[in-house]
Amino acid sequence: MTMKNYCWALIDAINEEMARDPDVFLAGEDVAAAGGAFGGSRGLLAAHGPLRVRDTPISEEVIVGLGVGAAMTGKRPIVEIMFMDFFGLCMDQIVNQAAKMHYLYQGAFKMPMVIRTMTAVEMGIGPHHSQSLEAWVGHVPGLKVVMPSTPRDAKGLMKSAIRDDNPVVFIENLALHKIKEDIEDEEFLIPLGKADIKRAGRDVTVVATGLMVHKALAAAEILSQEGIEIEVIDPRTISPLDVDTIVASVRKTNRALVVTSAHKPFGLASEVAAQIMDHAFYDLDVPVARLTPPFTPQPFGKGFEAFLHPDKASIVAAVRELMA
Amino acid sequence: MSPRKQTAGAKTPVGPVRTVEPGHIFQMYRKMLEIRECEDQLNTAFSKNLFPGYIHSYLGQEACAVGVCSALRDDDYIVTTHRGRGHYLAKGMALTPMICEMFGKANGICGGRGGEMHAADPALGILGGNGIVGGGIPYATGAAYSAVLNGSDQVAVAFFGEGASNQGSFHEAMNLAAAWNLPLLFVCENNLYAEMTPFSASSRQVDVARRAEGYGIPGEVVDGNDVLAVYAAAEAAVARARSGAGPTLLELKTYRYGGHFQGDPCHYRTREEEAEWRARDPLIRLHAHILSQNLSSESELDSWREDQKAQVAAAIEVALSSPDPDPNEALSFVYAS
Repeated sequence: MTMKNYCWALIDAINEEMARDPDVFLAGEDVAAAGGAFGGSRGLLAAHGPLRVRDTPISEEVIVGLGVGAAMTGKRPIVEIMFMDFFGLCMDQIVNQAAKMHYLYQGAFKMPMVIRTMTAVEMGIGPHHSQSLEAWVGHVPGLKVVMPSTPRDAKGLMKSAIRDDNPVVFIENLALHKIKEDIEDEEFLIPLGKADIKRAGRDVTVVATGLMVHKALAAAEILSQEGIEIEVIDPRTISPLDVDTIVASVRKTNRALVVTSAHKPFGLASEVAAQIMDHAFYDLDVPVARLTPPFTPQPFGKGFEAFLHPDKASIVAAVRELMA
Repeated sequence: MSPRKQTAGAKTPVGPVRTVEPGHIFQMYRKMLEIRECEDQLNTAFSKNLFPGYIHSYLGQEACAVGVCSALRDDDYIVTTHRGRGHYLAKGMALTPMICEMFGKANGICGGRGGEMHAADPALGILGGNGIVGGGIPYATGAAYSAVLNGSDQVAVAFFGEGASNQGSFHEAMNLAAAWNLPLLFVCENNLYAEMTPFSASSRQVDVARRAEGYGIPGEVVDGNDVLAVYAAAEAAVARARSGAGPTLLELKTYRYGGHFQGDPCHYRTREEEAEWRARDPLIRLHAHILSQNLSSESELDSWREDQKAQVAAAIEVALSSPDPDPNEALSFVYAS
């Protein structure tokens, strides 16, 4: 076992996959010489050379397009869009090109590409660097969407994403880049589409993603002292969503709370609530609760984020309400 | 329209004069006939409501696709547009499955999933059409980069219109291709109208080719209705790309005989302008060239046209009698397993 932070776990994953498969390459803004704008690709240029680790112009549409064309012609590109907020500049290549090629041409083209991106939610960088936009891509058939919350998950899911024959949007969480965890030295993969029960409990199912997983785990400690045991489930993959694990938990606890950094309308929290309604309505003692930021953009000034985003205290309060 | 009847209108000869084997010229002529017949007969079938959707006709632009694709190998890549049938056929796509796709049939080349704006054939390097103007140009860079990573001498071609040259995707792709020295040809078929708006209304620069200067790569204006001129320019650009000298932007000046789509009344242009361009018809000009050089006889050229006409008619018959897709098929291939 070696203690790794989330950022280095991702670098290790990419490094291992690039060593394993010469068709894998990485391209994006500042990924090569700079080692990543936030250090997320340190050492990869030296290890794999300038053709396979390549800085691009600040041209998001053609960065994704580069990946689409390379994937169609036999490569396994990892293309990086520094922040997910920049997806507005490249959605055509993601939604109309990458997501549909396999379907439209009946499997004649595979699309083994990873779109590596980041949310910097609650990092104090204002309205164009702080959004949790996974719903944008979770809504599109043909895409897979991954959002890990721990170093080990990040590594195992990244390795699976690179080996997957579909376009995978891999959303890192900058606020989690420095958290550490012991990770086994042997190779391992974590399958896409499989949720993880981060803490077992009998009373309330709490489905949380990204940063909210850690807040939910902190809330669990407080609630446990009150005799309330929550079960914290991290879907890890937004699409496909592991509905079975969530539903099995709700059948046991009969209560569910969904906590996300993304908004309620048309988002993951609403989708999870609907899935629970579809599959476990008669197991519910109370309606499914959703805890998310209010429906506003993210303002910059100090105090705004703490005011808008769910935290340990609001999760505790929401759970108590479900138990009342 | 019959090429033979309009021979008298061939005011402008083909050129530049260079040595192209007669056999190669015949291949180009036959391919242009195939595209011409395909477009003519699909227009007729569409006007009789024999198939749904739209038709974005390639009539008038045949020399562009044929001239460029004649300079390519099977393992070179092309990315095309909503007006892509000329490119599909010129790159070697089989006629019948392509036409069946236009009709949305189960035996279409995409199983009826794509329709008129989408077709592909990986074995021929045909990487798809597109319903998004400018949507294909970015991913042509990826195909070119695959060739670089593989150390092969394959090239990629992005076909698009002058309308797409006002999309950011064109500029981003051209800049990347230039900065990375990619083996990529940007082929702009300037048919003067972006959908229904003249290029002059949306660009101060009349020649798209001059935009290449801004990216530090060669740009060349070519008579897009002269297949031998297109072929010569493409051959030179392909040779540059294969040798590692990087991308080229070719602007092929041409004209779209139909409107943006079949049924467009074309009130935004004059009948005189249309007549001027029809006098420069690419098939008539090559026909005149073949006869003036005594490469073949009028009767032989007629027989080729009849042959292509019959093949297209037979393909349309197949399409008409082919089954629609099983609707349950809509659920398959969303993801690769």
